[in-house]
Amino acid sequence: MNINTTQQQLEKINEEYHYFNKLCNVQTKKTGKLKDYVISVKDALCVKDVETKGGSAILEGYKPLFNATVIEKLLAEGATIIGKTSQDAFGFGTFSTNVGNNMQIPLNPFDKNHSTGGSSGGAAGFTQLAKKKGIKHIALGESTGGSIAAPASFCGVYGLTPTYSLVSRYGLLDYANSLDKIGPIAASVKELAMCLSIIAGHDEKDATSSKTSIPDYEKGLSKPIKGMKIAVIKECFGKGIDPAIKQNILETIETLKKQGATIEEISLPTTTEYALEAYYILAMCEASTNLAKYCGIRYGRHEKLEGNFNQYFSKVRSHGFNKEEKRRILLGTFARMSGYRDAYYIKAAKVRTLIIQEYKKAFEKYDILISPTMPMVAPTFDEIKRLTPLQHYMVDLMTVGPSLAGLPHISCPTGFKDNMPIGTMFIADHFQEEKLLQIASSIEELNHG
Amino acid sequence: MIVNKELIKKVAATAKLELTEQELEEFIPQFEEILKTFSKLAKADTKNVLPSFHPVPLKNRMRDDTIHSSLSQEQALSLTEHKKDGYFKGPKVV
Repeated sequence: MNINTTQQQLEKINEEYHYFNKLCNVQTKKTGKLKDYVISVKDALCVKDVETKGGSAILEGYKPLFNATVIEKLLAEGATIIGKTSQDAFGFGTFSTNVGNNMQIPLNPFDKNHSTGGSSGGAAGFTQLAKKKGIKHIALGESTGGSIAAPASFCGVYGLTPTYSLVSRYGLLDYANSLDKIGPIAASVKELAMCLSIIAGHDEKDATSSKTSIPDYEKGLSKPIKGMKIAVIKECFGKGIDPAIKQNILETIETLKKQGATIEEISLPTTTEYALEAYYILAMCEASTNLAKYCGIRYGRHEKLEGNFNQYFSKVRSHGFNKEEKRRILLGTFARMSGYRDAYYIKAAKVRTLIIQEYKKAFEKYDILISPTMPMVAPTFDEIKRLTPLQHYMVDLMTVGPSLAGLPHISCPTGFKDNMPIGTMFIADHFQEEKLLQIASSIEELNHG
Repeated sequence: MIVNKELIKKVAATAKLELTEQELEEFIPQFEEILKTFSKLAKADTKNVLPSFHPVPLKNRMRDDTIHSSLSQEQALSLTEHKKDGYFKGPKVV
């Protein structure tokens, strides 16, 4: 490896923190922008010949015969892929505690009793630890409803969720096709920008991939934010938010004002009222169809071939899926069933239209919207155990809105509460990643200044 | 919305999942709580609103109907334990 780390060092880190489901060492070219970088990849992304499980036991032993498009692009720039990072099974979670049967829960790099957040938990946790150890590293994460922003916030690193369709999803294990986005998590904004420039762009293999032209995202980083019109989402400071986080975001806003940005307040009543419910219905409906293909025939977990097809498929799936996977498959199947479809699935898709319209209207007036990334700092595992499934889903309140609307958003570390990081989230209109990186860059300067 | 064992069993059969008694008992109150929350959407005024199945507008994109390279039969079968005479072997259908 042409990098300042070794396989043994990674193994040692992994024994202690559980950031990887599988370690590997894949490099196909020694030149390019990423020749000095190690790249970790969320387990949901296919890397040829490297076990890829999406954190689920149903895919135990699956070694893809091909690379995801994003992996091909990174390898073409000289990257060394070092492993598949741990996650909630298929992305079903906010704390990386819903890992597949027999897998380990990643631990927060600031305090091992706390969650890394999820579902790209291993990705964000390792990004923070690599920074502390001086390893040049970028993580590829994936977000459906906040799975890049949440762990980035809990682990004190930068996480960029691009506009839906900007980055090819070919080779990603689908959670929900209309919501899934692949994006980078890194210790610096420059690294986010560099990685996005490499992975963004049209791909014929993904029918939803956008043909929009890709700028050089690194170029705009130094542009001052003077004159930028920013709106704070009023409802994000309602009940349920940790007062320390509120205080931190208000301080962040003050510093942006000092740099010449104009700050106003905006209300997003439809999103606030309905986004969480609409998101979970659509995500579960799509997940239940996507996971129907895992039945122990072509790849992944197998069982002894006996009984009729109903018995065989049910046996494989009942053994391979954990409780949260079962819960979401059942709820998604229910919401699509005859008699309930209009009330749940179609209704949620209509509410999604209203939510998209609400954001689009906001972006007629503003460049950027601000909210906390998460309503809390990383909770302890004991605290998480006490949450009901519904309370667990509620934590995604801030991130499901932009996810439903396919809007790019970035989580930036802006402070600490009791030594655990706080994240501020910036949201921009479709394909306005440059503005997000520009504002994140100004935040980063303050962090280091 | 009444959630009982029968309803969950019916959904589980559709989704090809076998649930233990313990899972069934656990899911009933959870589903009641979650579905009650989901039902909140009924209050949203969506009269004359079309559903969005994607966040950004997408057009059908057609590819030329040309031959491309693909996995060989051997590769396609390399990940399964259940194969015979160059085909996947599945469970009994009838």
